[in-house]
Amino acid sequence: MNWLKQLFSRRRLYGELSDEMQQHLKEKIDELVATGLSRKEAIAAARREFGNLSLLEQDSRDVWRWMSIENLLADVRYGLRMLGRNPMFTVVGLLTIAIGIGANAAVFSVVNSVLLKPLNYPRAEELVSLHQIAPGAAGLADFENGLLLSPSMYFTYSEQNRRFQSLGVWVTDTANVTGLAEPEQVRVAAVSDGVLQALNVAPAVGRWLSQADQVPRGPERVMLSYGYWQRQFSGDRTVIGRNLTVDSRPREIVGVMPQGFRFVDTDFDVIVPLAFDRGKLILAGFGYHGIARLKPGATIAEANADLTRMLPIWMDSWTNGKGTNPHFYETWKITPLIRPLKQEVIGNVSEVLWVVMGTIALVMLIACANVTNLMLVRVEARQQELAVRTALGAGWGRIVRGLLVESVMLGLIGGVIGIGLAYAGVRFLALAGPANLPRLSEISLDARTLGFTFVISVLSGLLFGLIPALKYAGPRTSLELRSAGRTSSASREQHRVRNLLVIGQVAMALVLLVSAGLMIRTFQALRTVDPGFTDARHLQIMRISIPNLLIPEAARVARTQNEILDKLSAVPGVNSAGFVSEMPMEGLDSGWDCIFAQDKTYPDDVMPPLRLYKYISPGFLRTAGTRLIAGRELTWDEVYGLRPVVMISENLAREMWGTPSAAIGKQLREFSSMPWHEVIGVIQDVRERGVQENAPPIVYWPPMMQYLFGAKTPETIRTVAFVIRSERAGTESFLNEVRQSVWSVNSSLPLASVRTMQEVYDKSVARTSFTLVMLGIAGAMALSLGIIGIYGVISYTVSQRKRELGIRLALGAQSGDVVGMVLRQGAKLALLGVGIGVAAAFALARLMTSLLFGVSAHDPLTFAAVAALLILVALFACYLPARRAMKVDPIVALRYE
Amino acid sequence: MKKSQQRDLFPGALEMMILRTLKRQPLHGYALVQHIKRTSNDLLQIEEGSLYPALQRLLKEDLVKAEWSISSTNRRVRIYKLTAAGAKHLERQVSSFEQMLEGITRVLARGES
Repeated sequence: MNWLKQLFSRRRLYGELSDEMQQHLKEKIDELVATGLSRKEAIAAARREFGNLSLLEQDSRDVWRWMSIENLLADVRYGLRMLGRNPMFTVVGLLTIAIGIGANAAVFSVVNSVLLKPLNYPRAEELVSLHQIAPGAAGLADFENGLLLSPSMYFTYSEQNRRFQSLGVWVTDTANVTGLAEPEQVRVAAVSDGVLQALNVAPAVGRWLSQADQVPRGPERVMLSYGYWQRQFSGDRTVIGRNLTVDSRPREIVGVMPQGFRFVDTDFDVIVPLAFDRGKLILAGFGYHGIARLKPGATIAEANADLTRMLPIWMDSWTNGKGTNPHFYETWKITPLIRPLKQEVIGNVSEVLWVVMGTIALVMLIACANVTNLMLVRVEARQQELAVRTALGAGWGRIVRGLLVESVMLGLIGGVIGIGLAYAGVRFLALAGPANLPRLSEISLDARTLGFTFVISVLSGLLFGLIPALKYAGPRTSLELRSAGRTSSASREQHRVRNLLVIGQVAMALVLLVSAGLMIRTFQALRTVDPGFTDARHLQIMRISIPNLLIPEAARVARTQNEILDKLSAVPGVNSAGFVSEMPMEGLDSGWDCIFAQDKTYPDDVMPPLRLYKYISPGFLRTAGTRLIAGRELTWDEVYGLRPVVMISENLAREMWGTPSAAIGKQLREFSSMPWHEVIGVIQDVRERGVQENAPPIVYWPPMMQYLFGAKTPETIRTVAFVIRSERAGTESFLNEVRQSVWSVNSSLPLASVRTMQEVYDKSVARTSFTLVMLGIAGAMALSLGIIGIYGVISYTVSQRKRELGIRLALGAQSGDVVGMVLRQGAKLALLGVGIGVAAAFALARLMTSLLFGVSAHDPLTFAAVAALLILVALFACYLPARRAMKVDPIVALRYE
Repeated sequence: MKKSQQRDLFPGALEMMILRTLKRQPLHGYALVQHIKRTSNDLLQIEEGSLYPALQRLLKEDLVKAEWSISSTNRRVRIYKLTAAGAKHLERQVSSFEQMLEGITRVLARGES
């Protein structure tokens, strides 16, 4: 415990030391006086021979201390005192840093939660999505999901693979649950065997769906999500073994998944087994997402090779029916391109997030430049103090450390405030973030974010502390001791640093503003695109599904749908109503298949491109505002009469027959045993996959057909989106009336996905608007920080040069000359900054290409406008101090100081 | 700059001289430095004050101990005394110093011939 004793006896120790040294001096002086020197001479000589008393005393004391820590604490105390002594500086500096750090911490927490953290499954790094592409299958090639798996593919892959622990396919769907309080449409995840095993999350209650549950026509089983279990059964554990009526079919509840379990990135209410009927499977039916867990140590490349090896086995094991060539799929060039499941979940949002992170980091740099400038000014004001300290024997290392500790303190306090801001910021991001931002529920300020914030706080503290510290604490202070405070004019060197900072700020602000500008232009371009529907705010949509067990006969389904339309049209304020298999931009993928024209010849081996199939009711086009380019719309008589008619999109008509009108009267069919269907109408192109995506060629079929999905008997599309055109769309009273009118037709029909088309549209441009908002915020911050920076520097130089300006004015300079001089100085900085910024933005904007639409990354208009804006703003920021300079009274200025 | 005079000696030299002096007799700071200066015929430029940090180091290492008492000139002074550990330390230091000195001398001599 020696050190403890030392710690407590230290004060006494120091006192003794001081005494002892004083005694030493006294003794020396007495002795020198005894040799005949005068007392004054003796004192001087004694001091000279003794050396620097206070420094030696400090060195002696230092022997007893834990040097580094104690000095640091002393520096911290001193730093805090200095910060407290300059409240204005401290508040401005802290705010700047806190906002910068807060924004960074907030965005980082999103990047961390969305991009960096592993998915919420055990050993998530082994999980992969069985993504594959088929460049030979024209229509499917630009499919966001690539080529999905067919059930037969699943069987081959699952049984023949060598690199996977477990593998399965799944698909999302909706179903009607009845028998509880109200009929309800629930979100269904339909899974094959192997999916739950791959994800490997144990159920909270009960058991997983097992292989035995996957037998077609076997016992019907279902699992619940935690949320649905809580909502419908209040978390009752005895629910296991009870029945849930899904799509009019009772299913036994066997288990409940735990809280927080999500299907890849989708929420669900119930899980049902897919229960493929193996005997009836064909090669085709590419509609299922493949998911798998790799064997430990297996790489993605090995897994890809494994799938590639199995493709011929798959083609040999299954068929599409007599007379078809199973190896026809070789022309599709199916290529497995397995992706980590995380990548699948994150999707295309990573670019956005990294761009946002980058811009926010730039804002932080600009903020640091501002604070550096503040620090420079302040250290300059403290030059005398520093010179005194140096003269008293403080090493320059010590002074640099002191200044750095002070700036790091500033950074850390700013970081603490920043965390508070980040917390608010994360809330904001969760609200304003794209609705389809993956893993939204996982976003939080976790330990890693706090660590990140700590690191940037310290780093930024060092950054804006280092420049002033190195500049002013250098070993050359004796001069300042005399002259500081009477500086005739600031040295060239001091200006240079400050000017460089301002140029840097302007350049960075320009980069940010250009990126924000490009996003604005993108948004404008999106606005001008005709999406294929009009006035989305007054389009109410909702999905209604009529299950087989509720109404088996196709014609009755059609009549029910027709009846619903009639009731809806009768609701007050409704202009018209119609339905469609899915609205554009809903993100639902309906069928794709080839289409054959009677007047074209098709070589045996080459399959024509796949086309998107949609099914629309009479009246839909008018309701949605989708224009008919040529021909006419479908009628109900044709629907009920099963008339072989079809409509196609304009681009498809042009591709096949040159002009829309030439398409009218032509004959089309899906497969050879189907009668020819006459083209009666050509419909304008619709941006089916979002405004930014090209409109796909579409075939519009009647909702009820003889050969729907290859069935021999008539069948009707049972799940459709009803679309209502009304000024009252979206209001609660309207929706109530809509519900009542639907239920007046059939009371067990739930309404799902009730929203206006505007919401669908907004969601589809959410990525762009989110980027726009974020870059806009970053740009605004950069601009204001930049203005403050340039204003600060110019006005500081003006105040420094007051004397000089006074002399100029006294010697006859006109006030206009003085203003011009100051403005010229500011303009020079701004122009240099803009020049560098334009070059940097030119290089960096390319990183944004994938986020842009209808505008080049090097859009001259944006670049010119932003450059002009920055120069104007900079000149304005200089004008204020310049005017002050003009008003300098020579007499006052010369007397100043 | 101010420390450099002390640094003209090699590190530990001052401590070694202090210990050697104290081995002869316990002394207080002023007497100690005067003795070193005198014995070296003022060849060594030692800042008197630099003695104190060195003394503190020795104190901390328990190589010397100190006691307050009244000097012959009737001053209140701290008398420093060598401890057993200090004596041992001095022996080691001196022998390693002599070795070093011999080595240096030999090299210097060879260089001349």
